[in-house]
Amino acid sequence: MKILVAIKQVANLDDDFEIRDDGKDVDHDFCDYEINEWDDYSLETALQIRENNGDEGEIVVVTVGPDDAEDELRKCLGKGADRAIRVWDDAIEGSDQVAIARILTKVVEKEAPDMVFMGVQAADNAYAQTGVAVAQQLGWPHAAVVNALEYTPGASTATANRELEGGLEEKITVNCPAVMTIQLGINEPRYASLRGIKQAAGKPLDEISHSDLGLSDDEVGEAGSVSRVRKVFVPEKGQAELIEGTPAEQAARLAEILKELSGA
Amino acid sequence: MSDILVIAEHRQGELRPVSLELIAAAKEAGASSVTVALIGANAADLTGAVSVEGVDEIVTVPTASANFQPDEWKAAVEALIAARSPSLVMLPHSVDSWGFAPALGATGNYGFATDVFGIANEGGEWVVTRAMYKEKVHAEIDFPGKSTVVVTVRGGTWKPAEGSSSPAVSSLDASATANSSHVEFIEPPATGDVDITQAEFMLSIGRGIAEEDNVEQFSELADAVGATLGCSRPIADSGWLPKSRQVGQSGKVVAACKLYLALGISGSVQHQAGMKHVDNIIAVNTDPEASIFSIARYGIVGDIFEIADELVTHFE
Repeated sequence: MKILVAIKQVANLDDDFEIRDDGKDVDHDFCDYEINEWDDYSLETALQIRENNGDEGEIVVVTVGPDDAEDELRKCLGKGADRAIRVWDDAIEGSDQVAIARILTKVVEKEAPDMVFMGVQAADNAYAQTGVAVAQQLGWPHAAVVNALEYTPGASTATANRELEGGLEEKITVNCPAVMTIQLGINEPRYASLRGIKQAAGKPLDEISHSDLGLSDDEVGEAGSVSRVRKVFVPEKGQAELIEGTPAEQAARLAEILKELSGA
Repeated sequence: MSDILVIAEHRQGELRPVSLELIAAAKEAGASSVTVALIGANAADLTGAVSVEGVDEIVTVPTASANFQPDEWKAAVEALIAARSPSLVMLPHSVDSWGFAPALGATGNYGFATDVFGIANEGGEWVVTRAMYKEKVHAEIDFPGKSTVVVTVRGGTWKPAEGSSSPAVSSLDASATANSSHVEFIEPPATGDVDITQAEFMLSIGRGIAEEDNVEQFSELADAVGATLGCSRPIADSGWLPKSRQVGQSGKVVAACKLYLALGISGSVQHQAGMKHVDNIIAVNTDPEASIFSIARYGIVGDIFEIADELVTHFE
């Protein structure tokens, strides 16, 4: 049994930041990074399936991202993934989600897992594309926004609940192997143990390029994309009227406002 | 030509209202004609529901499944694009679209962007606007060399189209092999003591409350000020409050709310989907950059515990 979990290192932009000279992105010096929240749930889904499978099976984590992204892969290894793959080179810069999916697809084809888990979306740019795009390129079955999953490794189908709008869910059966995008709340992600973190340092982490996967230069980056960021800008935003003063003064004014607006 | 194809969304036999927002968006984007597609075994039943002002044509695509099935929907949209050659295809940025629209993008045949809230045509080329970096930045996206562009459109951005029209109705076949199948819908648990969609005054708590033990304080505060207690997703996911109290895309839209006090809620897009329509939003948050302040009428940058301790004294 092998499960592949694709993760993303997401950017948190500082409150004060600058836009890059070419106007097409922010200056990344103003970002700090962390693992995408959704990916903790994807990895946990994989870890639990293995535990319920008598601890049999391999879990491989993969990301498409620069050097810094190794930190997030190590965290996944610390939680129990066996092996990590990081794909990056300069030509990948500027890839949209379709091009990123093309890279991940090649990794999946090479690894031939029984199941692929990815987050529903990433916290920074919220494209909500990559998982289903990978499934399309693989020609695999897929299910999106899964918040409950019954899957026995080797089974030809899985049963998943999709979280729809307004609290409604849809139970479906999906042919396997499949790509599933995992929603927040499906489980309670574990923390890495000290022992796990120590072990992670010794686990294999492969670094490969797009050409190692057999992709040509025009299949990645802007050339391999179906969309292009023309420019970024800071939007005009509404701004609340701020209530100033000490907490006591602020609360007093807030009480007045609440009483007036609630008609109490 | 700027012919626009709108993919209507429906569930459990009802048109989802966001479909009408897309029709309005298509008109505003300067569509020379608007074709609305109804996909599904019984979707033709919804012909009347989408015959609103601005619709020139309705195409039904009967599929094997009555409910959304991603492989069938993808094949249907591909068949529609092949038959009508629209320059723009609009879908709602919804859970069902997340389940199949990226498969259209991944074919490489079309331009593709998601969660779009601005659409313009510049000299025959589509340029759309979406957010990046947790909404701190907006981006203009274009699609060089693509004659058809597929976008998912953020709900709540355009006012729904109204009125009526008498569009031509035709039918189109599309075949697909379904790799998944619908078993059942699972309704949310009964709301029990509370139906937050009916509440006029909501006090909602988010990650800022930090610990489960702190829920009680805010529950008492809600009682004291006469508000119904709600929450953002992390509080419900942690099991600190029941899901029936969750406001947002995957929770409830507080449709009747007139006054919304958000305590320790940063205001993600998903949360805003359930409450940004409220006339009077008041937010308390330690982070002056929290996006909740961009939709609030009044704001306090401060500690929700200090404010709550003081606030309750005014309602005793």
